[in-house]
Amino acid sequence: MKTTLTLRTPGGLSLRTDVRALVVVVALLLAACAASVVLIGTGDFPISFGDVLKTLAGNGTAGQDFVVNELRLPRVLVGLLVGASLGLGGALFQSISRNPLGSPDVLGLSQGATSGALVVIVLLSGTAAQVTVGALAGGLVTGLAIHLLAWKQGVHGYRLVLVGIGVSAVVTAVNGYLLTKADLVDATRAVVWMTGSLDGRDWSQVWPLLALCAVLVPLVLVNARGLRMMEMGDDVSHALGVRVERVRTLLMVAAVLLTAAATAAAGPVSFVALTAPQLARRLTRAPGPNLVPSLCMGATLLVTADWAAQRAFGADQLPVGVVTGVLGGVYLLWLLVTERRAGRI
Amino acid sequence: MTPEDGRDKNPTPESDRERNTVNRLSAENLTLAYDQRVIAEQLSVEIPDSSFTVIVGPNACGKSTLLRALSRMLRPSQGRVLLDGQVIQSMPAKKVARTLGLLPQSSIAPDGITVGDLVARGRYPHQGLLRQWSAEDERVVQESMERTGVAELADRYVDELSGGQRQRVWIAMALAQQTPLLLLDEPTTYLDIQHQIDVLDLCAELHEEQGRTLVAVLHDLNHAARYATHLVALRGGRVIAEGAPNDIVTAELVREVFGLRCQIIDDPETGTPLVVPAARKARVTTTS
Amino acid sequence: MLVDSASEQRADTAPAPPTRRAVRALGLLVSAVILLLVALASIAIGAKQLPLDQVWHGLFHDTGTYGDVVVGARLSRTVLGLLAGAALGLSGAVLQALTRNPLADPGLLGINAGASAAVVTAITYFGVSTLSGYVWFAFLGAAAVGALVWLLGGSRGATPVRLALAGTAISAALYGYLQAVMITDDAALNKLRFWTVGSLASAGDSTILQVLPFLAAGTLLALGLARPLNAVAMGDDTARALGVGLARTRALAMLAATVLCGAATAACGPIAFVGLMVPHAVRAFTGPDLRWILPYATVLSPVLLLGADVIGRIVARPAELQVGIVTAIIGGPVFILLVRRRRTAQL
Repeated sequence: MKTTLTLRTPGGLSLRTDVRALVVVVALLLAACAASVVLIGTGDFPISFGDVLKTLAGNGTAGQDFVVNELRLPRVLVGLLVGASLGLGGALFQSISRNPLGSPDVLGLSQGATSGALVVIVLLSGTAAQVTVGALAGGLVTGLAIHLLAWKQGVHGYRLVLVGIGVSAVVTAVNGYLLTKADLVDATRAVVWMTGSLDGRDWSQVWPLLALCAVLVPLVLVNARGLRMMEMGDDVSHALGVRVERVRTLLMVAAVLLTAAATAAAGPVSFVALTAPQLARRLTRAPGPNLVPSLCMGATLLVTADWAAQRAFGADQLPVGVVTGVLGGVYLLWLLVTERRAGRI
Repeated sequence: MTPEDGRDKNPTPESDRERNTVNRLSAENLTLAYDQRVIAEQLSVEIPDSSFTVIVGPNACGKSTLLRALSRMLRPSQGRVLLDGQVIQSMPAKKVARTLGLLPQSSIAPDGITVGDLVARGRYPHQGLLRQWSAEDERVVQESMERTGVAELADRYVDELSGGQRQRVWIAMALAQQTPLLLLDEPTTYLDIQHQIDVLDLCAELHEEQGRTLVAVLHDLNHAARYATHLVALRGGRVIAEGAPNDIVTAELVREVFGLRCQIIDDPETGTPLVVPAARKARVTTTS
Repeated sequence: MLVDSASEQRADTAPAPPTRRAVRALGLLVSAVILLLVALASIAIGAKQLPLDQVWHGLFHDTGTYGDVVVGARLSRTVLGLLAGAALGLSGAVLQALTRNPLADPGLLGINAGASAAVVTAITYFGVSTLSGYVWFAFLGAAAVGALVWLLGGSRGATPVRLALAGTAISAALYGYLQAVMITDDAALNKLRFWTVGSLASAGDSTILQVLPFLAAGTLLALGLARPLNAVAMGDDTARALGVGLARTRALAMLAATVLCGAATAACGPIAFVGLMVPHAVRAFTGPDLRWILPYATVLSPVLLLGADVIGRIVARPAELQVGIVTAIIGGPVFILLVRRRRTAQL
């Protein structure tokens, strides 16, 4: 019924993976790559699938080379990295809070990053780079505040969720206030940022994100086994030798960093962190936090949504956040219909 | 164990004799508290090796709290818990988990997990990043499921099982941990009588066949007297009596610990003490 | 909770000792006096500082001077604060009783956001411009989101955490929708960014007259439900055993909460936390009897709302801080404190 793949070496090493999860991950990676190539080919200056591949390999014309490697490739890479970070961050938060709705965009992290960005846009009239720094700072401060406020001899899932909701409500009010303080030009800029968009993202956003992911993703995956055990309750995982508070704190810090960095790069693209882990889970049908599938799902989802935002509504190019927002709404309704009876929410 | 415990009026020959032996698990002068609420002070307990120790007492006497301290779930505000002569908190978490297992009351079966997968998670303390699933793991998991009689359920989902089956699965998970000491916090709660006996019989087998040390918190004094080889009676965070059930379970002790007037007769099946509460009339006269 | 309900049930069958009732009645009187003082402060204090004699002049000898106009605006603002505050507090208290959920609040459960989204839709896409026109949209939005949150939160099996999460998630989706509306239309952005924070300042006398009937009806309905809701607090089975028509009580309570916060939101925009904080504070004094909680909440909620409004006028002089922001900044920490104080078992 469930098949697993086990690899053992004579030296006592053994690795194990769920076959279905492996297939899902490979399929998602392929889908993400395909969507990326299509997305690179999409725009005012369309390029065919084959030409995109050729240009990426370094054999394109000068014009194609500029459009692909300087304009569109960094945008797609930012999309992939942001999606992956949000997917992984969401999976971590949902697993820690033991709730499919316990994702960073519900718990106030995105709103906190938004506050940071709004302060820079409205009060300081800062540049795009400064907005990024502001958002990063806002997200980190909010994450720290939620963790400290939820801390009472350890952080428990339910308290984390409720404190996050409280913080989220306050920060949303602050954001509303900052919007009213802005002049109309700044307000427009702020609202576009608040929706989440990949427009105009370049290599300067790619490198920091990539570096962060390169550090955090392995760190998270090393601790994933402890997180798996923690799904059975703190007592059981404690008894199995998991250092529960340490693992939880470490993973929360990682999740906050991932989410804040992703938000700083692309704005608070809503509902990717909420939906990606759930969709991945539906595909793998495996218990556990499903971290790698969630990561791949987030990347695929965001790039696909960006493509849809550019193409699906005729000439109007929408920010990607609008598409993910619609997706989130549909997802919530679907959750309502399917999961309610199971009482899993 | 401390002289000021005031337990000298109760006969505790067993524990007196064991005082000099070094047992693997013991607690010394514990003060246990949640937030500001102190549950127990100056509490000392020895768990005799290879015993089936059962902790009994009225509600809120601190029996589960004691078990949490013994299994390092709760850090004592004073005193220490010793495992193999070392303070349990100072030992590496996985090392403790290879010596001492716990079946807590609050356990959550993750959504959509199969019996086999859940039991396999008990191997966590024996595994590492590069040692994820050895042949040994596979063998132990299979063996644990067979011992607890859930091997044929291996591919079923845990949420589909009955309460009694589910408890067996959790016990199988704890067994897969392969610990010489196993602690169980009220393993029979929420089970009907036949499953209660079923689970306790299983515990007794695990104790007898493999010489494993078992420590359980039980609600039912008669179950405790029947299955325990060593009984610890708590009241108000203090040990009132400890020893073999035949030696310590007396009408006087039951009255002191539970505030219940009763007769003690021999269990017709096992010869262990059986508590028969006094009839209503008799009780009314004693309470006034 | 069980113990409280039991003692409270005793109070239901046999009247409370006269001294305790007297204390509670006196407390209600004191609360009314406090409300009067806060209302006066709300008229006297503003971003623009006016001497008291000019306030007096504006109140009773309105001759149309600048000062008189300011005072007139403050007066209607104060009246709206009274009405909206009472409505929000009452609906919060009713929701908490109905869901047996100490953290229920029309703002936290997304009901305000539902009303807002519906109003925005009415204004932007249906061209409705009068409050009497879009108040119906507000009711519809409030009711739809209320039902949605209740279902998404797991209906009968709803725990406070689930409900709050469902509410927050739906709010997030609705705010996303509002943002999408704002991006596409600069004029809408300019209007909505002020409306979505929740303010008493924008409403005039006509608004007040238009929402008044709804608020009055909702208030009467809510106050009349105290007794059956008392029984519902003890669990569905107990309530049924006590002879309460469960379905009817639920439907009426939901109707009352929806009308109250729908009308308040239509007039002021979404304001959160008033409905959470006041019933909690009141319960500490009155105990769990809704026959006292509801009247107290009616009187004290406007104290909080008007107080927050006055603070908002003072702290940001010469500008103003909208009341919805002030209540969130006060309410968020209170909410977190409540969460921290509670033990796992109670949630």
